[in-house]
Amino acid sequence: MPITRLFIANRGEIAVRIIRAAKGLGITTIQAYSEADADMLAVRMADESVCVGPAKASDSYLNVGAMVKAAKDTGADGVHPGYGFLAESPAFARAVAEAGMAFVGPTADTIERMGDKVAARQAAEAAGVPVVPGSKGRVDGVDAAAAVAAEVGYPVMIKAAAGGGGKGIRIATNEADLRKMAPQAQAEAAAAFGDGGLYLERAVQSPRHIEVQIMGDGTDAVHFFERECSLQRRRQKVWEEAGADCLDEGTRAHLCDTAVALAKAVTYCGAGTLEYLYDPATKEFFFIEMNTRIQVEHPVTEMITGVDLVQEMIRVCGGAKLSMQQDEITRTGHAIEVRLNAEDPLMQFMPWPGVVGALKIPEGDGIRFDHFLYEGYTIPPFYDSLLGKLIVHGATRTDAIARMAAALEELEIGGIKTTAPLHKALARAPSVQADDFHTQWLEPWLDAGNLTTSANGGQT
Amino acid sequence: MAHIQSPLPGTFYHKPSPEEPPFKAAGDAVVVGDVIGLVEVMKTFIEIKSEVAGTFTAYAVEDAAPVTAGATLAELA
Repeated sequence: MPITRLFIANRGEIAVRIIRAAKGLGITTIQAYSEADADMLAVRMADESVCVGPAKASDSYLNVGAMVKAAKDTGADGVHPGYGFLAESPAFARAVAEAGMAFVGPTADTIERMGDKVAARQAAEAAGVPVVPGSKGRVDGVDAAAAVAAEVGYPVMIKAAAGGGGKGIRIATNEADLRKMAPQAQAEAAAAFGDGGLYLERAVQSPRHIEVQIMGDGTDAVHFFERECSLQRRRQKVWEEAGADCLDEGTRAHLCDTAVALAKAVTYCGAGTLEYLYDPATKEFFFIEMNTRIQVEHPVTEMITGVDLVQEMIRVCGGAKLSMQQDEITRTGHAIEVRLNAEDPLMQFMPWPGVVGALKIPEGDGIRFDHFLYEGYTIPPFYDSLLGKLIVHGATRTDAIARMAAALEELEIGGIKTTAPLHKALARAPSVQADDFHTQWLEPWLDAGNLTTSANGGQT
Repeated sequence: MAHIQSPLPGTFYHKPSPEEPPFKAAGDAVVVGDVIGLVEVMKTFIEIKSEVAGTFTAYAVEDAAPVTAGATLAELA
């Protein structure tokens, strides 16, 4: 049954994005909001809106009972979770389905399976997706961890089997390190997730972060090529590209084909992303995890393929078949997205909520700005700092960088500090221009004072 | 009587973590630079330090309450 009344269980820029997609499909939109978000742009744009609780996310956007009740009470027949909050909560997906509504994402069982690192890795291996050499399953105890590490090879990463989001990851360079770190990791995992099980894998040195966008309808699955997201600070992506120019055609085809094999193997429904580490020296890629939701950086993929991924996920999760075959999906040019956060990059990225002043949004061919700002809007301090994303498309990577630099010069967000100066500096940085970086590149570059130097026009 | 104010809007916490006791209790001595609480703003925790010395009287807002920039968080005598 196609979705006719879509409940948006999220906020900020992604809520705005989902409303636009749904309106384009002729679907009625119902926006959830917390007491702190009554004025947000998505509430103004949606056909209907409903307050789901207090400002505190655990009482509103993370409250499964309140969300499902609000969706039912407003007569929704579909629920879009966006990203973050409840997007990858099996309990939420299950409650939505049990209440008789379509969840815009995979089934609760798939979310659960792919959310567990060990289960996800087993599914990937079974589908022929290369994985990082690591423990066969969960590891309990320090001696067992040392034995596994000897086989896998140092340096080795120690993670919580039940964990997520890069929390509590430790890297041991030798056995003495490992024997010191494993008990700490175990205690931390037990405290954070109620499960002290560990998971070990080889630490790939100076890798690039490459990911593949997939979409499934529960039977068939396709890919929309890859993204390059190595520019990260504190494991948060700041600048994302599509495609990854560092890949040759053979590697790209293998990467994307195996991603589709995994999506089909788990009868995936909705939009999903397989994340990989890529070693440019050996051209090896290793699956790390799957995100069972739409991602922040999906627009770069939309720019190079011309497909509206949010509309497509709403359609397939309403029961439709994929609207395109793999051979109909092609890539043109190069796209870059930068994340604009309400932070002062020149003051250790201090959060900077406040009232939005004059807005000047760059326009033109190949420029897109996904955001939830309007003049006079007070940005609440209770949620994350993402204000919007500036996305550009060019014929080549060099073109796209030049277009991004020009668009950033045009962009003005008055009244608050944003990370725009960081992106202006990155667009000028020789390593970025040369496509010569990896996931460990940005933080040392910042620590070395490059941003301050660049922001002062080359003067220290 | 001195007031300690919040430099930023956010959520004010009396304790370093939910399991620990509050940073200060009534009667505690406060020296300049002492942390009296945390303000969570956009998922970042900012330490609130006293700019004056004195004796802690009370928190002016509840633990885990939303606060605006400039709101009085605690009082010193």
